[in-house]
Amino acid sequence: MSETTTTTPSTDGATRGQQLSALWQDYPLIRHLVTAAIGLAVVIVVLTAVDDFQATKLTEMAYIAIAAGGLTLLTGLNGQISLGHGALMAFGAYTTALLYDDREVGTPLVVVVLASVLVTVLVGILIGIAAARLHGPYLAGATLTLAIAVPEIGKYFDQLGGDQGLRLFVPEIPQWATDIAYYLTGSDPSRSKYVAFLAWVTLIVVFILLANLASSRIGRRWAAVRDDEVAAELAGIDLTRARVSAFVVSAAAAGAAGAMFALAQRTVGPLGFSLNLSLTLLAIVVLGGLGSLTGAILLSGVLVFLPQIVMDLGSGADLDATRASQMATLTFGLVMVLVILLAPRGLMGGVRALGLRLRAARAGRRTPPATGGSSSSGAAPSPTTDPASPSSTAETAEPDDGSTPITTKKGTS
Amino acid sequence: MLQFTNTALAGLVLGMIFAAFALALVLIWRSTRILNFAQAPMAVLTTYIALVMIEDGRPYWLAFVVALLAGLVLGAVLERVVIRPVEGKPDINAVILTLGLFIVFKSGAEVIFGTKLRTYPPTFGIRGIEIGDTTIGITTSDFFTIGAVIATLVLLVALFRFTDLGLKMRAAANNQEVAGLLGVKVGAMLTLGWALAAVVGSLSGLLIAAGGLVQPSYMDSIVVFGFIAAVIGGLESPAGAVVGGLLLGFSLSFVSGYLSAQLVALVALGILMTVLTLRPGGLFTATQGRRV
Repeated sequence: MSETTTTTPSTDGATRGQQLSALWQDYPLIRHLVTAAIGLAVVIVVLTAVDDFQATKLTEMAYIAIAAGGLTLLTGLNGQISLGHGALMAFGAYTTALLYDDREVGTPLVVVVLASVLVTVLVGILIGIAAARLHGPYLAGATLTLAIAVPEIGKYFDQLGGDQGLRLFVPEIPQWATDIAYYLTGSDPSRSKYVAFLAWVTLIVVFILLANLASSRIGRRWAAVRDDEVAAELAGIDLTRARVSAFVVSAAAAGAAGAMFALAQRTVGPLGFSLNLSLTLLAIVVLGGLGSLTGAILLSGVLVFLPQIVMDLGSGADLDATRASQMATLTFGLVMVLVILLAPRGLMGGVRALGLRLRAARAGRRTPPATGGSSSSGAAPSPTTDPASPSSTAETAEPDDGSTPITTKKGTS
Repeated sequence: MLQFTNTALAGLVLGMIFAAFALALVLIWRSTRILNFAQAPMAVLTTYIALVMIEDGRPYWLAFVVALLAGLVLGAVLERVVIRPVEGKPDINAVILTLGLFIVFKSGAEVIFGTKLRTYPPTFGIRGIEIGDTTIGITTSDFFTIGAVIATLVLLVALFRFTDLGLKMRAAANNQEVAGLLGVKVGAMLTLGWALAAVVGSLSGLLIAAGGLVQPSYMDSIVVFGFIAAVIGGLESPAGAVVGGLLLGFSLSFVSGYLSAQLVALVALGILMTVLTLRPGGLFTATQGRRV
C-alpha cells in the first residue's frame, strides 16, 4: 500500500505536476506522511536484505537518530544547548527495563514505550523549567552535570541494578507480526530484526511528529525565541513556556530512544549512558546541520557505521579493534572541528544552500514556484512558510530559512 | 574528630585542585568569552609529556617545567589557529568547537599513549604528617598542591592588578574595539590569555596526576567539577573560581566521607542547581542590565 502513495507525485502533465508540487509545498503534513511511507517501505526492504548483525547496527542507528532528532529541535530550532541528552535517554531505558523485569509480564509494548516517554517527559518538565532560566555556558554546565549525575543514580540504588544494571525480557514476537513477516519475506523474522523494525517504526512516528511540530506555529515560536528574545517577547510569546515546551518535546524523543535502547541492548546499566553518548548526540546534531532532521538521521548512520569501516580499513593496516575505535573517535572529533571551521552549517546546511541556489536559478527562468530543492524530507521549517522565497535569490532567502541558526546572526558564506 | 579533620583536609586539597582548573576556565572566559571544554584533555596531553620524560629518567622538576611550557605553547597555538576563526561568532560554534577539540585530544592521547594505567611519581612525600601520636591525612605533596595554587592565584592577581601587560589584557577582554584603538594589540593579548590559561590547566593536571595513576580519561571528573566550580563562581572572577572550587571540594569530600562516594555527582548537581536557581549568573557576578 505504500507503493501506491509513492507513485502519485510523479504524475505526467505539466499542470498536474505543478498542482502537485504546490500541494507538496503548502501541506507539510502530506509531505511528511508521504516521506514516512516511502521511509517505511525502504525500512522493510532493507531489513529483509541485511543479516542479523547489520540489523542490530541499524537498531542502534535508529535509537541514536531518535534522540538526535529531539535534540535537533531543542538546539537547532530553539537554540538551547543540552549536553545531557544521553541522561534523558537513561530515564526512558530504565523505565522500560523496570516494566519488563520479568518474562511473564504481558504489558503491551506500546504501553511500555508510552510509559517510558511519559516518565522522561516529567523529568524533562523539571529540568526544562530550571534550564529556561539559564543561558549559554550556564545551561551547558547544568546539562553537563546532569549527564554525569544521572548514571550515578543508577549505580547508587540497588533497585536499579547498581553497577551491573537491569536485565530485561523483550516480549515474544506477536503472532500477527510473524505472519506478516512470513507473508512478505517468506521466512520467520529473527528477534533482532523484529527489534530493528520496532525501532525504525518508532523513528518514523517520532520524526513525523517532530517535523510537523517544527513546521507548525509552535515551531515558529521556538525559532522566534532563538533568534531574538526581546522581539519574541514583544510579539506576545511567553519565553519560558516556549523554552520549557521545546525541552519537553526533545525529552519525549529521548525517552522513546531510551525505550528502544533498552529493547535492543536487553541490559540497562549506568555505563550505557556515559558523557560520551551525550556529546555524540550533540555532535550529530551539529554535523547534520543544526535544525535538520534528515541530517540527524544520516549522521547517526555515519556515527554507528564509522567504527566498523575504520576497523575494516585498519585490519589491513595492522590496527587492532580498540585502536581502530579510538581512530574512529579521533576522526569524528577532527571532522567536528573542521565542520565548524569550514562549513558551520553542517552537512544539510551545505546541501540546502545548494538547493537554494538551484531554486534561485530555476526561479529566474520561470514564474511558477519550483519544487522544494533538495531538502526533500520534512526537515525543520523549510522556506515554504515564506511567500517570497521562490522569487528571491539565494542571498535573500537564506536568512528566512529558520534551520540555519549558526549563520543567521553573522551571515558567513 | 580525626575523621572530621581528615575529611576537611582532603576537601581543602580537592577544592584547591578544582580551583586551579576553574581558574583556567575563568581566564579564557574573561578574555575570549569562550568556555574551553578541551581544557582537561589538553592538561592530559601535557601531563603525559612530563610522564614520558620522567620514565626516560630525566629530572622530575625539569619534566614539570617542560609540561607547563608545553601547555603555554599548546594554548597559544590553539587560540591562534583554531579558536580565532570562531571568535565573535554565535556562542554555540565555540562550544561545539571546544567539544570537538575535547574528543580530538582525548582520543589522540589514547592513540598515542594507550589506555593503560601508569603511575605518576608524587611531588614530595605521600605519608601523612604526624602531630604527636596521630597521623593526619595531609601530606607534604598536599602542601605543595595548596601552595602552588595559592601562588598561581597571587601571581595572576598581581599580573592583572599591577602590571601594564595585565591592564592591556583586561582592556582587550573588556572591549576589543576601544582597546585596539588605544594601541593594544588585541590579538596578541587574546593569545596570551589562552596560553596562560593552558599553563594553569596543565598545572592542575600535574597536581592531580602526582602520586596517582594516569590514563587518558583521568581528568574526566575534573572536567565536570572544575566546570561547576567556575560556573558557581560566576565565570567572571578568579576569586569566584577559588571560592567555588573550595565550596565544591569541601562539600564533595564530606559527602563521600560521610555518605557515599556515589552521591558525589548528584550532590554537585544539587549545589549547581541551587546556586543557579538563586543567582542564574553565579555567585560572583554583579547584576548587569541586559542590552536590548
